[in-house]
Amino acid sequence: MTTVAPGAPGAPVTLRRQVELTIDGQAVTVPEGSTILEACRSVGTEVPTLCYLETLTPVNVCRVCVVEVEGSRTLVPACSRPVSGGMEVRTDSERVRTSRRMVLELLASSVDLSTAGGDVHRWIETYGARPERHGPPAPRAERDRALTGEHEPVRVGAASTVSQEVKRDNDQYVRDYSKCILCYKCVQACGEEAQDTFAIAVAGRGFDARISTEMDVPLPDSACVYCGNCIAVCPTGALMFVTEHDLRARGEWDEARQEVTRTICPYCGVGCNLDLHVQDDRIVKVTSPLDHDVTRGNLCVKGRFGFEFAQTFGSEE
Amino acid sequence: MDLRVTEAPASAVEREAVESVLGPPESGWSGGARTLLDGHVAIGGLARARDRRRLLLPVLHALQDRVGWISSGALGYLCERLDVAPAEVYGVASAYVLFRYEPGPPVVVHVCDDVACRAACGGDPTEPIAARFGPAGSALGRVDGRAAVTWRPSPCLGHCEHGSAALVQQAGERGGRATLAPFTADDLDHLVSLSAPERPGAPGGWDGSDDLGGLLDLGSLATPLALVPQVGAEDLGTAGGQGATAWVEEAGPRLLRRVGRVDPMSLDAYRAAGGYEPLRRAIELGPVGVIAELKDAKLLGRGGAAFPTGAKWEAVARNPLRPHYFVANADESEPGTFKDRVFLDHDPYALVEALTIAGITTGAEQGFIYVRGEYPLGASRLEHAAEEARARGLLGSDVMGSGLAFDLEIRRGAGAYIAGEETALFNSIEGRRPEPRNKPPFPVDRGLFDRPTGVNNVETLLAVLEVLRIGGLAYSAVGTPGSTGTRLFCLSGRVARPGLYEVPMGTTLGSLLSLAGGVADGRPLQAVLLGGAAGTLVGPEDLDLPLSFEGARSAGTTLGSGVVVVLDDTVDVAGLLSRVTRFFRDESCGQCVPCRVGTQRQEEVLGRLAAGRPLESVDAELALLADLDTVMRDASICGLGQTATSLVTSALRRGLVAGVPGDGSRAGGSGTEGEQEKKEDGA
Repeated sequence: MTTVAPGAPGAPVTLRRQVELTIDGQAVTVPEGSTILEACRSVGTEVPTLCYLETLTPVNVCRVCVVEVEGSRTLVPACSRPVSGGMEVRTDSERVRTSRRMVLELLASSVDLSTAGGDVHRWIETYGARPERHGPPAPRAERDRALTGEHEPVRVGAASTVSQEVKRDNDQYVRDYSKCILCYKCVQACGEEAQDTFAIAVAGRGFDARISTEMDVPLPDSACVYCGNCIAVCPTGALMFVTEHDLRARGEWDEARQEVTRTICPYCGVGCNLDLHVQDDRIVKVTSPLDHDVTRGNLCVKGRFGFEFAQTFGSEE
Repeated sequence: MDLRVTEAPASAVEREAVESVLGPPESGWSGGARTLLDGHVAIGGLARARDRRRLLLPVLHALQDRVGWISSGALGYLCERLDVAPAEVYGVASAYVLFRYEPGPPVVVHVCDDVACRAACGGDPTEPIAARFGPAGSALGRVDGRAAVTWRPSPCLGHCEHGSAALVQQAGERGGRATLAPFTADDLDHLVSLSAPERPGAPGGWDGSDDLGGLLDLGSLATPLALVPQVGAEDLGTAGGQGATAWVEEAGPRLLRRVGRVDPMSLDAYRAAGGYEPLRRAIELGPVGVIAELKDAKLLGRGGAAFPTGAKWEAVARNPLRPHYFVANADESEPGTFKDRVFLDHDPYALVEALTIAGITTGAEQGFIYVRGEYPLGASRLEHAAEEARARGLLGSDVMGSGLAFDLEIRRGAGAYIAGEETALFNSIEGRRPEPRNKPPFPVDRGLFDRPTGVNNVETLLAVLEVLRIGGLAYSAVGTPGSTGTRLFCLSGRVARPGLYEVPMGTTLGSLLSLAGGVADGRPLQAVLLGGAAGTLVGPEDLDLPLSFEGARSAGTTLGSGVVVVLDDTVDVAGLLSRVTRFFRDESCGQCVPCRVGTQRQEEVLGRLAAGRPLESVDAELALLADLDTVMRDASICGLGQTATSLVTSALRRGLVAGVPGDGSRAGGSGTEGEQEKKEDGA
């Protein structure tokens, strides 16, 4: 059976073969080349994801999307594994639930998830993750200068975390790696999947692995161009507008009081869509819709941060 | 990409080090002085950048060896030369132990404190060193207030049969690495006195500036020996052994045939001992014939996955995508393993020949031998062997007059256990972080440089020589029906005659131990660590365990890389377990959550149990360990995470974890299947 695959308007029409599989016993038909995640979403089966984003190549590192596939020795990541004919997928077996619970528990016990999306907290509850059973958080340890292949002896009774000082080295955004789950998305967005700037990469290894500029130099000394595309893809709020960070620090951040207005960036002829997040008549954050067929959520420094003129124009300050 | 590098210039010495690998810069576009022409001609492009990135690891080695660390000026210059972003290079360099990015003493002595050496010396081998020289990182050999030497603990250095070892890493004109085994605190004292001689006017110590000459003559340090009791050769630094003393099989040693008897530096000697006959045979048979012999031999990969070698080679050979590559995985880093080292040091031509056969059989014209960075002697002997083979037409555009082309490159690792995972190894060769890739696609479809790639470990490739020497059917008659041929075992710890042994598959653990003279000093056997850190513990009641793939599998254990660490009643198993949990925590690449955080949490639980301070209750801690075991086995990306709980789980079952009663069940431990995935997850 062949069918016309849904595509963006104006995109060339491609014919894709259909593949049949079962998900939790239910027969599902999806186009060949779809991932298990896409197949699950097509029938409304929820699969939690953290490191996955529609606009980026799946890196399948968080492992919260794992599912059971008949015949596979280990669980498989739904976000990246393509479906094959006759595949039998289980998304809610005991094995799957245990691994998801543990992934959430391991993250919640080592990372500050306080500004992560609401889904994460719902999943932690749904899967019954108990981060507290790993012990109270250990005191901060050196991370940026950690020696590869070595670490301090564990502090008995305490759970090591990735906690560290917030990095605030420019006027646009802060990097709070205490909240980093190492999903690789910012590295992808900074590098070959969007900006082609490569200002950051994963450095170190093991529990000491971290996102870093070369030698941990401050952003102004790095290749960063402040496009903010890393902020746009960060799932936990580790990367945040200075405006949002400061409002949160003062306890004034209130999404209920915010209005989001979609407009078109005034700077150049590309016509990127901007979503201006406005609180108390001030722009507090700028995002761009992921489903925009030109920019796919990406902006440049002007669209992302060049909004100050809009709120000082005509003012007496 | 708009490359932005630091303002700091590279010093002359740093540029020289980079250029020793890359040659002088071609133009102002790649780090050279700007000329008028550069304004008119651009040299660059994605394809070129991709092609050059594979040189990243050799350049980092050159800088480390010459200067001792990667400064930001050096980083900038190498980035300009290779068209790679500084952040990416830092990400790669910081994934390895042997690269530094801060100045320090030019001589770093990495002292093994891993399981085999611990078992052998009855405790932490670095304790006497710390007691005499201060804790790890201490500045030693001070002259003019500056340090010449420091030491740090190291995971297994692959000289386990000696019970202690150290890797000496030196920066400077005579920079490089050398291994000392055995190694004691007196040896460190000697190194310090050699490195910081009290000579008037002599450059003392080092402050990270780059005008340093070599302190030590690494070449003058004693070449470490290899113990291969079966062939009786104790000193394999020179050609010619002492004659076999204990070989029990009428067929004689197979893979070990030349070790200790044939000069590892002479191609003529290798050929006189039957070398390059298998290659001649392979050329006669052609790819189809060689693959048929491998299938007749029923040869299974020795890397852990036990994947049929013939099927793997066939899958690569038949893949229409070109070019093909073939990789020899000599990144042996499993604690307790030293078999590759013995062959690299003492029979290097054999690996060069075997990889040549693999290449011409699978249609690969380019091969790589990835040698772990801790094996400087083996790497240099391989280089020598490859050069000689090239000079004699045994590598190159017309291998042995066959009209077939094949050549190989030797790549050195830089201290990362994970680089032994085959797809992480590809990334390492390509100049990327040694992180495992998601499978599928498997290497036979998309491997090195995204092309069909065959990858085998050293022992498997050596077995191919034997298959071609005696024929596939004859080979299949050795060993058991399910596990043909012989297997190499690395005996260490509290055993009377430690060393590398070769026995037919199916030999029982008991007979292997008897061959090695049993437990040292006739002490009672407490347990045997089988398969390394990713393996399991078996007990005295398991001596009838047949050492074959099926025998190990049915007993719930694994042969892994052939590690057999003997633990007598004096060995502190809790200490070993703590070292193993630390090992996995340090060696995890950090990519996936179950392994990155799980290895950390496992170490913490073991620490609480050992201290008698369980968080809620011992039962709660055991439940936590069981959950960690499940998520790491089931949801980790690669074999490292999938097996990182295996030893702890088997120790729990045997009641060998301090303060936790065992349930008395036999052998066992989970995750042995995962181990089989680790190094060699075939087609």
